[in-house]
Amino acid sequence: MDRSRVIELLDRWIAEAAPDEGHRWVQEKQEEIAGGAPNRVFYTSFSAVPRYTGKADLDLSAADREAAEEARAGWRPGDWSVDQAGRSRLVLSLPSEDRDAYLSTLDRVFTHADMNESVALYQTLPVLPYPKAHRARAAEGLRTNITAVFNAVALHNPYPAEQFDDGAWNQMVLKAVFVGSPLYAIQGIDRRANAELARMLVDYAHERWAADRSVTPELWRPVGPFAEGAMLDDLERVITAGTPAEQQAAALALAQSPTDRAATILDAHPELRDAVQRGALTWGRLAREAMDAADHAVENAA
Amino acid sequence: MSENATPRDERTMYIDPHVHMVSRTTDDYEAMRDAGVVAVIEPAFWLGQPRTNIGAFQHYFNMLVGWERFRAAQFGIRHYCTIGLNAKEANNEPLAEEVMDLLPLYAAKEGVVAIGEIGYDDMTDAEERFFHEQLDLAKELDMLVLVHTPHRNKKEGTSRSMDLCEEHNLDPTRVIIDHNNEETVEEVLDRGFWAAFTIYPETKMGNERMVEIVREYGTERIFVDSAADWGVSDPLGVPKTAQLMLERGLPKEAARTVCYDNPLAAYGQSGQIAEEDWLNPPAIDQRQVYSGNSVLRGGRDPVVEDPADRRKDSIIIE
Repeated sequence: MDRSRVIELLDRWIAEAAPDEGHRWVQEKQEEIAGGAPNRVFYTSFSAVPRYTGKADLDLSAADREAAEEARAGWRPGDWSVDQAGRSRLVLSLPSEDRDAYLSTLDRVFTHADMNESVALYQTLPVLPYPKAHRARAAEGLRTNITAVFNAVALHNPYPAEQFDDGAWNQMVLKAVFVGSPLYAIQGIDRRANAELARMLVDYAHERWAADRSVTPELWRPVGPFAEGAMLDDLERVITAGTPAEQQAAALALAQSPTDRAATILDAHPELRDAVQRGALTWGRLAREAMDAADHAVENAA
Repeated sequence: MSENATPRDERTMYIDPHVHMVSRTTDDYEAMRDAGVVAVIEPAFWLGQPRTNIGAFQHYFNMLVGWERFRAAQFGIRHYCTIGLNAKEANNEPLAEEVMDLLPLYAAKEGVVAIGEIGYDDMTDAEERFFHEQLDLAKELDMLVLVHTPHRNKKEGTSRSMDLCEEHNLDPTRVIIDHNNEETVEEVLDRGFWAAFTIYPETKMGNERMVEIVREYGTERIFVDSAADWGVSDPLGVPKTAQLMLERGLPKEAARTVCYDNPLAAYGQSGQIAEEDWLNPPAIDQRQVYSGNSVLRGGRDPVVEDPADRRKDSIIIE
């Protein structure tokens, strides 16, 4: 990671999206903090950022998004607001040479953060020094029941796939399913799939079915590569009797299973099989369609 | 909606700029909303008994910037707060020092409109020390100050509170002096501070007296609040006072000024509270959850548009 480039980009985006006075204020504060000001200066300015920058969207161009990716693989500030960028910038100006002091300051600001501050902090995880040191904090972020905070850790963030062991990773994916967060927005969702996660997800599906409830079609995405035995019975039932979205998901999962039986089941549904092979049916497309449908359902209920 | 004890023009809006909602029920939120309260400010205060460790303060401050804000929003009311160490608990000096160390983590959060309520209770040295330190903090953060004036020795306590604010070079138009009465109002106004009046049964102002104060001193830099809390108090103190002003022959504009415009002008200087917050609010949706909790239990319909008719009691608070 090129942290100085990350900082340079944040400075430019803040200058573009904040009023001049707000941009100057962030500059002053980051200089004070970098210069070793007492911690209270960091705490109060971290909280006060939106008072000075406002909360406009950064509204990054395609070129900016590419620059972000080049500076730090997987870094996705494209949808951030300017106060989130400002808060990230102040965190990145904390002196970090003294590891213990640095981590203790960071811990304190995390502990006392309100919702928007928590979101900004968790979004900043992938660009912080001492990446391994934040694993427990990131896992703590997943225990929240505030969806916005959970999503700040789990979605559009390269940190979990890079740092979590399978235990924390699996809990994160299962909770994303549980709270209705989209799996396609989890970086490394395919790369970090594992047999234990597949079992947990299928168990969850069975619990839901027992209560006569449905599960998101995306649930089958991390299951596919590890689908075998009874899981294939489930997928056969879903591809035969599920909703159209569920049938498509089952087809995608079956196509990823290394077993011969999966191929046999899929061959009984040639249209779906061909759509997968042509690339017309993908997990990304399926997820976006499912999210759109859910939005409509909420609107209709209201 | 049936006839209510505080009927109002649909456009009449009130702000209660001092009310301790953590002690109040959802019935109160419904009644306030029904009476036209669109926004409340909850000053950090004590809880009726002294806290004994810093964690209790931490969780209280967290509640003011988190859960209580959410709870109010469920009833269509915008919730703001002030953060500070109250005078009573300033007297536990070791704990007060820890609170001073905690305040920078909360003072500048979103929706915090002032440092407060701070000031004197018994006018001890410890109270004075932390009053000074918090005025420094307000100065450093360029924040407004809400001053609680004492129940006992009020006149001297109020004068001395203003002396301290002046010593710290605070602009009096950025300081709200609260819990005034007939004895303090003149000096507070003469010295250029905001004068808030608390309509609280028995111990502070009654609203009939409040009507006479507005008649005598006018409406400039004067506003009213309920300070409703865990004691016998009335969360409809502001709308009831507005109605009484009209019944006693004061013009409608006067009621609007002291029950809406002035608190908005005073606290609006913080940049953290603005009329558009409630004129263009997110739709009320009690199905929202915060920390996995909804205010609703047991399958009640998630609607608060038409709360039950209640509180047909007198509009006068003695």
